[in-house]
Amino acid sequence: MDVFDKLKILTDAAKYDVACTSSGVNKKAIAGGIGSAAAAGICHSFAGDGRCISLLKVLMTNVCVYDCKYCVNRKSNDTLRASFTPRELAELTINFYRRNYIEGLFLSSGVLRSPDYTSERMIETLRILREEYRFSGYIHAKAIPGTDSTLIAQLGMLADRMSVNIELPSQSSLQMLAPDKSKHSILAPMGYIKNRIQENSTDMIKYRHAPKFVPAGQSTQMIIGATPDTDFQILNLTEGLYKKYKLKRVFFSAYMPVIENTLLPTIDTKPPLWREHRLYQADWLLRFYGFAANELLDQNHQSFNPYIDPKGNWALNHMEFFPMNINRAPYSDLLRVPGIGVNSAKRIVIARRTTTLNFDGLKKLGVVFKRAQYFITCGGKVADGLKITQNGVLRSLMSQKTLGLYHQSFPLQSESEQLSLFEQPLMIHSTTIQEDIRKCLISPV
Amino acid sequence: MLNQSSLIYRYDGSFDGLLCCVFESYDKKEIPMDILLPDTFQTMLFEVKTITTDSQKSSRVLSSIPKKIGDGALDLVRHAFLTCFNQKELYILLFLRMGYRYGPSVMSMLADDVVNTLFKAVKHLENESHLLKGFVRFSVFSDVLVAEIEPKNYVLPLLAQHFCERYPEERFLIYDKTHGMALVYQLHQSTIIPIEALEMPEPDEQEQSFRELWRIFYDAIEVQGRHNPQCRMSHMPKRYWKYMTEFSCGPKKSLLRLEGSEVLVPCKGQELRFPIIINIDKHND
Repeated sequence: MDVFDKLKILTDAAKYDVACTSSGVNKKAIAGGIGSAAAAGICHSFAGDGRCISLLKVLMTNVCVYDCKYCVNRKSNDTLRASFTPRELAELTINFYRRNYIEGLFLSSGVLRSPDYTSERMIETLRILREEYRFSGYIHAKAIPGTDSTLIAQLGMLADRMSVNIELPSQSSLQMLAPDKSKHSILAPMGYIKNRIQENSTDMIKYRHAPKFVPAGQSTQMIIGATPDTDFQILNLTEGLYKKYKLKRVFFSAYMPVIENTLLPTIDTKPPLWREHRLYQADWLLRFYGFAANELLDQNHQSFNPYIDPKGNWALNHMEFFPMNINRAPYSDLLRVPGIGVNSAKRIVIARRTTTLNFDGLKKLGVVFKRAQYFITCGGKVADGLKITQNGVLRSLMSQKTLGLYHQSFPLQSESEQLSLFEQPLMIHSTTIQEDIRKCLISPV
Repeated sequence: MLNQSSLIYRYDGSFDGLLCCVFESYDKKEIPMDILLPDTFQTMLFEVKTITTDSQKSSRVLSSIPKKIGDGALDLVRHAFLTCFNQKELYILLFLRMGYRYGPSVMSMLADDVVNTLFKAVKHLENESHLLKGFVRFSVFSDVLVAEIEPKNYVLPLLAQHFCERYPEERFLIYDKTHGMALVYQLHQSTIIPIEALEMPEPDEQEQSFRELWRIFYDAIEVQGRHNPQCRMSHMPKRYWKYMTEFSCGPKKSLLRLEGSEVLVPCKGQELRFPIIINIDKHND
């Protein structure tokens, strides 16, 4: 088998891993070497599915001794198997890197023989890159659950970022679909990496040239929609991972049915892309907007509203916070207004040092006025000619597409009623998803 | 505040020339309606004043900017001068006039029309330069990396540091077709030089096989069930695709001549020589 076939097979097997970021660390090439890294991360291309391509994302091998039900590489699956040799892969990486195709390497692997043996081969690849090619570009390495901690330590000294995939958001789901993995085998390496990063940061204070352990931190990913776990459970777990394991990112991957199995959604199930989208929006709210998971969802509202984004939904259910005075509200409050993001909130804080902002000025600062107008005042006044109608508010908070879907599900009531969607039950048709929507939309003001 | 007079400045297109326009504007207590490049066509409705570049005047203006308005303002003005915004000269002048009046706080007047326009133009430049850090595609010809881009803004000065830090031991050339300039880096030194045209030589077998490998990777990495061309296009507008390996197929014909250890590039009727194909073994240490 030549390298063309190997690349095709091992890319195909790796593509369901979501993470492809090259962020979190700033580096220059070392003397006589090649490669740098930018903390903001650089996308080198975008695939036909719209996802960023930043790293050469491949598996070391797609041979696997495990039999996780959801996975294309499970041992019972009849598929072509291939393996890169460490040198082959290192050369491919360098040649792609020279041509500026990629920002670095994302290396994962099926479990060949044992987790330790697999990790050794990964370490050898990274060693060739770092030592022989003096490569300083970005490397993301996957920790294989069950690997000995000394090997994880070696891998961590060579990689910029490491990740352990949680895959399934609860122990019961794991037992059902990934019988060879347990919550413990996943969380143990994650905890180990976290501790090493912390130890390393104290070393760096003592010794300026202390070698860096996983300088760009660790991340993880979860599959959405393969198991009955709710958005509320997933978001809480996410928040816990950020707090307890100091993760840099948690990625979500809408389950794409690749295998027929009675335990899994049927093969013609569409991936729950909107759900994944809402989870990412909520993830952003946790990381950059100062929201807590229990503000966005709770025991009684376990699923996201498919029509309105989590921030808009929060605002509509907390109208007591609004309207907000744009010229006085602190930064943390500005972030809670729909239509104001991190950048525009920062600009507002800067711009109002020298002037009193009016609505025209706000538009120039990049505020999405269509959304924000219902929630803000300038100089004690609301926007000119603002009428609060159900249709108006919905139109401003939903995209054209979701608005169309919404009208299909809930025929519009009379135009002039004020925010009636929160006061009276709407007409509901009988599918489970609409039941969930109803819960979200008709929560008390 | 002075009214804008019905007067037009014409300058030589250099940054120093523009600073002399600022000098003139204060010297004569007038604000021009527009500032034009020497070769711009202009109906003779308004009076046109040609500003000659005087390095004494320009250096006086230059040194006053960090002192009176701050280092950030100088960076902004320098970057604004690289943008493709067609009234950049006038807006830079208006911005500096505001800066001399209000001091460093002009940098926080984001809702002001002049300041806002200039910040937006610079944002456009920085966005484009950031995207190109990823979208530039090099081809390897006899161990020299060559790339071609067609940016709207003059991004080469912003790209220089990034690529020099990325490939310190390589020799590379990035040709900006829009502005007819090229960033050349060799032997740990980079320069930006004017170039008239550049066409890639025939790729060799190794180059072709890596291009092919990249296309295989690009096609395989897509999850077909999530095909979303709209999303791809908004992240990576089609105007960038032209020079990207994953979208091009087959080699291009060559106008560039290879002669011994030099590449000859046609420039202003002459041929420029680049000794970019050097077989020095630098890693003999």
